[in-house]
Amino acid sequence: MRPYLLKGHERPLTQVKYNREGDLLVSCAKNLQPCLWSSEDGRRIGTYEGHNGAIWTCDMTWDSDRLITGSADQTIRIWDLPTGKELFQIRHGEPCRAVKLSAGERFLAATTDAFMEAPPGIHIYNFAENVEDQSATAVQSWKVPKGRITRVFWTDCNRKLITSHDYGILRRWDVETGMQLQEVQVHEDAIQDMQMSPDETHVITASLDKTARLVDIETFDVLKTYKTGRFVQSAAISPLFDHVVCGGGQDASQVTTTAAQAGGFEARFFHKIFQEEFGRVRGHFGPINTVAFHPSGRSFTTGGEDGYVRIHHMDLDYFTTKFF
Amino acid sequence: MVQDLDPFAVARDLFPDMPPGFPFENFDLEELILPTGDDMGIKSDDDDIKEEDIQTQSGFGSCLVIQNLPKAPEEKYEKLMTVVRTIASKMGEVRENGIYMPLDETTKMTKGFAFVELARREDADAALLDERFANGYQLDKNHKLIFCRFDDFDKYAKVPDEYVPLEQVPYKQPENLHSWLADKLGRDQYVLRFGDNTVVCFNDGKRGRADLAFQREYWTESFVQWSPQGTMLATMHRQGMAVWGGPSFTRLNRFAHPSVRLIDFSPNEKYILSYTSHEPVTARDSYTILISIWDVRAGKLLRKFEGPVDEYAVGSSAGPNGALKWPVFKWAGGREDLYFARLGRSKISIFECPHMGLLGKESLKLDGVQDFEWSPAEPLLAAYSAEQGNQPARIVLIKIPERTEIRQKNMLNVSDVKLYWHPQGTYLAVKVEAWTKTKKSTTTSFQIFCVKDKDVPLEVFELKNNKERVLNFAWEPKGHRFAVVHGDGPRPSISFFTMRDDKGRLGVRELKMLDNRACNAISWSPQGRNIVLAGLKNFNGQLEFFNVDEMETMATAEHFMATDVEWDPTGRYVATVVSHVQQMENGVNVWSFGGRLLYSTQRDKLYQFSWRPRMPSLLPPEKEAEIVKNLKQYSKRYDEEDEQLIMQADADVLHERQRALDEWKSYQESRRNYAALQLDFKRELYGPRFQEKEFTIQKVMVEQVIDVKEEPYNAK
Repeated sequence: MRPYLLKGHERPLTQVKYNREGDLLVSCAKNLQPCLWSSEDGRRIGTYEGHNGAIWTCDMTWDSDRLITGSADQTIRIWDLPTGKELFQIRHGEPCRAVKLSAGERFLAATTDAFMEAPPGIHIYNFAENVEDQSATAVQSWKVPKGRITRVFWTDCNRKLITSHDYGILRRWDVETGMQLQEVQVHEDAIQDMQMSPDETHVITASLDKTARLVDIETFDVLKTYKTGRFVQSAAISPLFDHVVCGGGQDASQVTTTAAQAGGFEARFFHKIFQEEFGRVRGHFGPINTVAFHPSGRSFTTGGEDGYVRIHHMDLDYFTTKFF
Repeated sequence: MVQDLDPFAVARDLFPDMPPGFPFENFDLEELILPTGDDMGIKSDDDDIKEEDIQTQSGFGSCLVIQNLPKAPEEKYEKLMTVVRTIASKMGEVRENGIYMPLDETTKMTKGFAFVELARREDADAALLDERFANGYQLDKNHKLIFCRFDDFDKYAKVPDEYVPLEQVPYKQPENLHSWLADKLGRDQYVLRFGDNTVVCFNDGKRGRADLAFQREYWTESFVQWSPQGTMLATMHRQGMAVWGGPSFTRLNRFAHPSVRLIDFSPNEKYILSYTSHEPVTARDSYTILISIWDVRAGKLLRKFEGPVDEYAVGSSAGPNGALKWPVFKWAGGREDLYFARLGRSKISIFECPHMGLLGKESLKLDGVQDFEWSPAEPLLAAYSAEQGNQPARIVLIKIPERTEIRQKNMLNVSDVKLYWHPQGTYLAVKVEAWTKTKKSTTTSFQIFCVKDKDVPLEVFELKNNKERVLNFAWEPKGHRFAVVHGDGPRPSISFFTMRDDKGRLGVRELKMLDNRACNAISWSPQGRNIVLAGLKNFNGQLEFFNVDEMETMATAEHFMATDVEWDPTGRYVATVVSHVQQMENGVNVWSFGGRLLYSTQRDKLYQFSWRPRMPSLLPPEKEAEIVKNLKQYSKRYDEEDEQLIMQADADVLHERQRALDEWKSYQESRRNYAALQLDFKRELYGPRFQEKEFTIQKVMVEQVIDVKEEPYNAK
């Protein structure tokens, strides 16, 4: 498997995301310009210029005509995805960590970090079909006790939100009232990433406690645990097979002090049900910060602390080999 | 249950006058009162302390009564008092006005007894044990003074006149402490300590997995330690240590030694030593240490050794910065725990069991002694004395308890000496580093004492290049060979030597040298023959499994970042460990002796790995030789068993996978409704857009005018 090596960012990647069809790929990093790539051949289509801080997260609309980015510059921006034109700006007093459009795209959920005096918060905005109608004031907004809210998802027909937190817990919220409905400790350390399964019944969480876990959405029961022995920064579920992929590695601050192999910067494949590892894909020379599966399950993308995005198209034997 | 309890409600009940939230700041644990009958799920550890063990503090502990004094008239009262005072002062410091001798009011004669109150209770205790007083003190021909404790009168007065038979405690069959040796599959155990957990596992190398034998959270506060024959596991606690054993690891005994740091078992598990050091009270004082020796089965304290640390950190027992190197006391070998010894200044103090007194009431004098080691097989001592003035450096072999020197060797210009006993006590290798004439470099030579041969012949040998640095030396545990790691470069060499040729004649012969190896640790199989050459730490965990009989490499492998290599006690398996020293990839790999990876276990925060030792074989050597000779017959049976096991194991794995698969299917089934609902919801929201599954990629050129500038064209 020869990956496409995409050099579009000088700084560590924070999130890579495919659009619904999988022909486009957006990468966010700690530099100021998110990039849009053609996922098939790795060509860069363009960049989105305007942010003034690290981009933590992004989301795309169903038909790929809008891009929403959340940034440390305390803004959420809405872009015209094909042209790269900035359409709207929502200003906060705090850095924005996670954004997610609701099903049907009438609402946008965003989380903000604790900053100065302000505690972390979850905000719901109307997401207007026409940008002219877009409002910058939240329709619902509530505070969350301490810590980072790393990812947010809409569940249960847009009635509830689930959020992952940096002290290893998942929370469930009622969207209309902002009431906390449930709180479960699923990890012993910070949850760095959470991704939804294709059928939306479970999520995979990646944590600094060196495991990734499969968690049921309705009960927050841990279904499966994938032990990697290294910090897991991101994990994704294959839409095609019963496979999951985990990325991570040694803490970035210690990379230079040990042998290259010591880092453990490979993307590791586990069988989703048997929880056994069956393959590794190496390449990055820093920890992997984010992984994403192509919606077809035929390729996947990793983004590293080293500033590179790698698109891996699976070889034929990935589809023909029976791993277990 | 615990969850139902509202802490604030409890706080309100306990402290009604206090503002809410009060007890959670500056919280005093002692004042916490649990609801009656609720132990919060934590069993008390103190149930089995008997009430009589708790000693009541009595005010008369330091009071003694002297009986059988002469009855003297009033005129001689003062004179008698002087006599009593003299005797009392021999016992220790007497409290002011601490002597009282009652006078009979009617006869004006003393009553023949006196009370003495000493300043310290310990003095009183010591006096009653002192042989000058314990058996009576002969004052003159007619008066033999008897001493007893004042408290005793009270105690004996309370003894009931009628005999009450003691309640008979029914005999409880203790658990078999050797049960793990009777495992049907002959598996060995190991203990793993990771996070807050301590786990004992059976190593099932044939099926490539570890089977849990016992698990407990917060079992120990620092480390665990197997006893030398594996019968017991010791855990460390703030209050002391405890030993556990049997199939369910029940507590066998506890030893109260507050904030104990290190422990050491005697080789036959009869005794256990525990050690603490105490910080000095003032800056001028030095650290003091306390070493207690206990009877393991009875749990009884047998003797304490106390003193400033520099008294104990002598010669080879002294680490860097005058710290103490553990173990301070070394145990004599042999089938019984008879002697233990420690190094002193120009002497070795040998103590005798079971009374723990100095052997022959005096230490073994050896001028300038720096180091000593017991033979692992018998009470035989090898000691090294450094060069002093005109006296050459000396190595002596001394038999205990006779204290006869059976062999000695003098040497000159010695810079350093290390003693290596063969694990079976057949040889003693002495590595001698001697200064060259210029005194700028050293040469290394080995003096090997053949202890089991007549007159203890001495073999001397040097490496081809005797200026090379010798990094490591290791005897083959069963056999006559040894391995030496040497070399000055980054990749050292390993040489193998034998003490005997094929016909059993003595003489050091080189067998083979392996050049240029990424190796810094060598580890012989406990059965001999196989050796693992490991490059730990900065060699990143390179492993070479080497067969010394055939002189061939069986396998090379790598356990990335491995920190330790440990053979199981039977020599069938090798475990390589990445411990908590490394930040990531903590875990254990178990290999066959030939270097085939059998399985690996990942454990985050792995602090400790330790095989459970086995006791030495009870078979006589002839029987063992016979088994080796007829191995084919024996192994046939076991091979069949193994094959069955492996088939069973494969079936188990498949079964387990099938179970996981079924479980997953049933999970998906249970979530089908939710998924369908979600899908319908989306279909409804997106309408016709939802179905646009197929798409084609179309290239669209968008022209964008960025800037328009008009400049006059200048034709010139």
